[in-house]
Amino acid sequence: MNKPLRRIALFCGLLVLSLLIRDNWLQYVKADSLKTNALNRRVSIERYAQPRGNIIVDGKSVTGSKDTSSSDFKYKRTYTDGPMWAPVTGFASQAFGANQLESLEDGILTGNDDRLFFRNTLDMITGKQKSGGNVVTTLNEAAQKAAWSGLEKQGGKGAVVALDPSTGKILALASYPSYDPSSFAGNSTSTDSKAWQKLQKKYDPDDPMLNRALRETYPPGSTFKVVTASAALENNLYSSADTATDSPLPYIMKGTTTELKNEGNIPCKNATLREALRVSCNSVFGKIGADLGNAKMLAEAKKFGFDAEQFTPVRSSASVFSDNMNSSQTALSSIGQYNTAATPLQMAMVASAVANDGKLMKPYMVDKLQSSNLDTIAQTEPQELSQPLSSKNAQILQSMMETVVEKGTGTKAQISGATVGGKTGTAQHGVDNSENPYAWFLSYAKLADGSSPVAVAVVIEDSSANRDDISGGGLAAPIAKSVMEAVIDSKK
Amino acid sequence: MSSSTNTPAHHTSTIGSIGAPSRRNTELALLLFAVVIPVFAYANVGLAIDGTVPSGLLGYGLGLGLLAGVGHLVVRKFARYADPLLLPLATLLNGLGLVVIWRLDQSPRLQQRAKSLFGAFSPDAPKQLLYSALGIAFFAVIIVFLKDHRILQRYTYISMVVSLVLLVAPVFFPAVNGAKIWISIGGFTIQPGEFAKIIIAIFFSGYLMVKRDALALASRRFMGLYLPRGRDLGPILTVWAMSLLILIFETDLGTSMLFFGMFVVVLYVATERTSWIVFGLLMSGAGAVGVASFEPHVQERVNAWLNPFSPKVMAQSDQIAQSLMSFGSGGTLGTGLGQGNSDLIGFAANSDFIFATFGEELGLAGVMAILLLYGLIVERGVRTALAARDPFGKLLAVGLSSAFAIQVFVVAGGVMGLIPLSGMTMPFVAYGGSSVIANWALIGILIRISDTARRPAPAPAANPDAEMTQVVRP
Repeated sequence: MNKPLRRIALFCGLLVLSLLIRDNWLQYVKADSLKTNALNRRVSIERYAQPRGNIIVDGKSVTGSKDTSSSDFKYKRTYTDGPMWAPVTGFASQAFGANQLESLEDGILTGNDDRLFFRNTLDMITGKQKSGGNVVTTLNEAAQKAAWSGLEKQGGKGAVVALDPSTGKILALASYPSYDPSSFAGNSTSTDSKAWQKLQKKYDPDDPMLNRALRETYPPGSTFKVVTASAALENNLYSSADTATDSPLPYIMKGTTTELKNEGNIPCKNATLREALRVSCNSVFGKIGADLGNAKMLAEAKKFGFDAEQFTPVRSSASVFSDNMNSSQTALSSIGQYNTAATPLQMAMVASAVANDGKLMKPYMVDKLQSSNLDTIAQTEPQELSQPLSSKNAQILQSMMETVVEKGTGTKAQISGATVGGKTGTAQHGVDNSENPYAWFLSYAKLADGSSPVAVAVVIEDSSANRDDISGGGLAAPIAKSVMEAVIDSKK
Repeated sequence: MSSSTNTPAHHTSTIGSIGAPSRRNTELALLLFAVVIPVFAYANVGLAIDGTVPSGLLGYGLGLGLLAGVGHLVVRKFARYADPLLLPLATLLNGLGLVVIWRLDQSPRLQQRAKSLFGAFSPDAPKQLLYSALGIAFFAVIIVFLKDHRILQRYTYISMVVSLVLLVAPVFFPAVNGAKIWISIGGFTIQPGEFAKIIIAIFFSGYLMVKRDALALASRRFMGLYLPRGRDLGPILTVWAMSLLILIFETDLGTSMLFFGMFVVVLYVATERTSWIVFGLLMSGAGAVGVASFEPHVQERVNAWLNPFSPKVMAQSDQIAQSLMSFGSGGTLGTGLGQGNSDLIGFAANSDFIFATFGEELGLAGVMAILLLYGLIVERGVRTALAARDPFGKLLAVGLSSAFAIQVFVVAGGVMGLIPLSGMTMPFVAYGGSSVIANWALIGILIRISDTARRPAPAPAANPDAEMTQVVRP
């Protein structure tokens, strides 16, 4: 009987061995994926076990942590002016996870980041409670307030992005309508879940949780003519703002019998670039696009940041300028119609590159990361993304854009004591242009010393106002103006 | 068995030779560790949760020490030559189980859960300490009154009847959480399967000891296997049918696997015919697939095992997913006792799923250590079988050890997602009176068999030829 007994001993050993192997698989190989599984409540338990670090704007935090007496999640996230800052902060909810900065910088905010390891170990030894670090943003409180109240007053859906042209710092990032992330920061099924559900697109067609400044692309309309103008200058199609262009009127698009019409009866025949931008001639810029061709236009658009997602570090959608278009499609695309679509961030980047003498800086919103005792852990350095146009051409384009504000479609953006350059846009959309157009305005301000502290893009969609009244100059320019003023005032 | 006496002594150290040491002092030293380690663990939990050494520490330490001391004295007096590892191993597991049950008693989440479900929360650790005391008492009774395990052989057929009654009884009681494995008498709920495990082992050993020659010899050879005669298939078919009936009517996969597995093991050891293993595997495979094809409860369990994180399974029960995340979150070294969140499992956190708490708070290192402790118990049991001098003792020891091994495999495998989950409890560590008492009884019987096996043979009668022989001693 002993031979089978030995085999049974071996068999029992194998049973234990298989358990040991399984355990190694579970607790070593799969440990990390199980630990961070979306269904693993420990992730949020740990996230809210201690006061969360804050997101800071202009030295003040726009977030906070509230001590709740709940057994699972000790602290709950709070927000000051939640709807205004939501496009920047995102949300951190005990029940619904986190997004944007709250999610991307979660490691710093919870204090779990590897860069805090040494400090955490020190705290553990000295018996101090672990605490999260802060995320210091580049935003400007006054500019954000101006952008938000402008959008709020206006009432339609829209977005504003303001950049510091010389560094790429994001100064304002507003989206309307917005949501208050505090309304669902907890995990109560009666209040938080209801608030969350009400904000979903299914129940709110306005989609308040969409970050329009970064994630929505709109046809840029006439504001895209700034890109087309720089393509014309860069490719030496025209080398001055004040020489007449070769522009017939009416302009029949090549390969079609369709005329590319202008808005109203404006002097576009052989107009100079300056004049064509001032009155916003579709015929002139459409022809420039067709003359340059798809490839050159696309190359220039790409230099401005089109066709690429931006990581600010919050991701923005990629703006679109199509490839493989025929001549008439390129013409339409060059006046910001057809397939062309841009995020408000993208158009602000266009304005800022022109204002920064042709250099496009990478847009960013996190200035630095701090540990809980305010030591800097990481500092973002400004970074040049590309040079869409030469300094000389940038200055030509600046003077053209300044004419637009001085005596063109953008007069409502004038600021006393500063030179403003801008471009309006009214983009058509919907089947047969049946829907209300999008009103655009992009601009920059220049101070007496020649420095340019701010570039801004504003878009207003679906305005319920009469469509004749919608124009970038009428609706969007005043908001851009108040944002630029706020930045200029805060510099003083 | 003649073969055991022929085996050279160095193969199996527990085989008694004249003048073998009793190893009682080894046992005492090991018991000291088995008591001290859980006491430290207990202090650790208190420090982690409240920051203070728990006030119950002294009581707990004395209680566990007393239990271990009683166990040791009984063994020293009545089973002098017993295996020295079994008692300390069982004590250590029981002690750690008590600590973890106490730790889960401190969980606000579980307290809240109990309050909202039953209106009140009552700690389980004191009850488990009482059950452990009853278990040790039962253990002592077995050691004191069961002078020789061969007495059990007399009750072969009574055992059959009793185990049948125990196995069938839960059918007449309402299902608890989808499995009919409980009976309730006057406020007490008992899991009869735990006791049936031991009693049925007595039946199998007694029955097969008698029938083994018929089953082993009367067979035809076919493709290298000895095929049993048709009528010899009777017993295995009966047990197979029984285990399938358990699976169908009590919807308990674990118990079913345990009994059939134990029977096949004992049958194989008794007949030394590999063909029985092949038959057993084929029959259990066919049975499991057959039942799973029409029994929804079994299908659910299998589905939950294959896709623990699918939304459909999660909506029904997130137990397995929670258990897996518990293990995963523990990682290599664990969170430390009292610092994990294994109480998220909620239901049966301190019984069926207690192993997940070990996983999370002691980590891979701790779980491997615990599994090795179980492995050691099983191997000591099989060694006892090897050392036993009588076939009944061999069969009984191997039956009990393999049942123990299969139970550990089924439970730990279930909570770790290796096999479908079943409603059994981890021996000694899980909360539950039936389980702890039955397992102490199991250890008691193994100790009795090992004592008989290692006890020195009576000195041979004086031989008139002795003068002629020179015994050379080193």
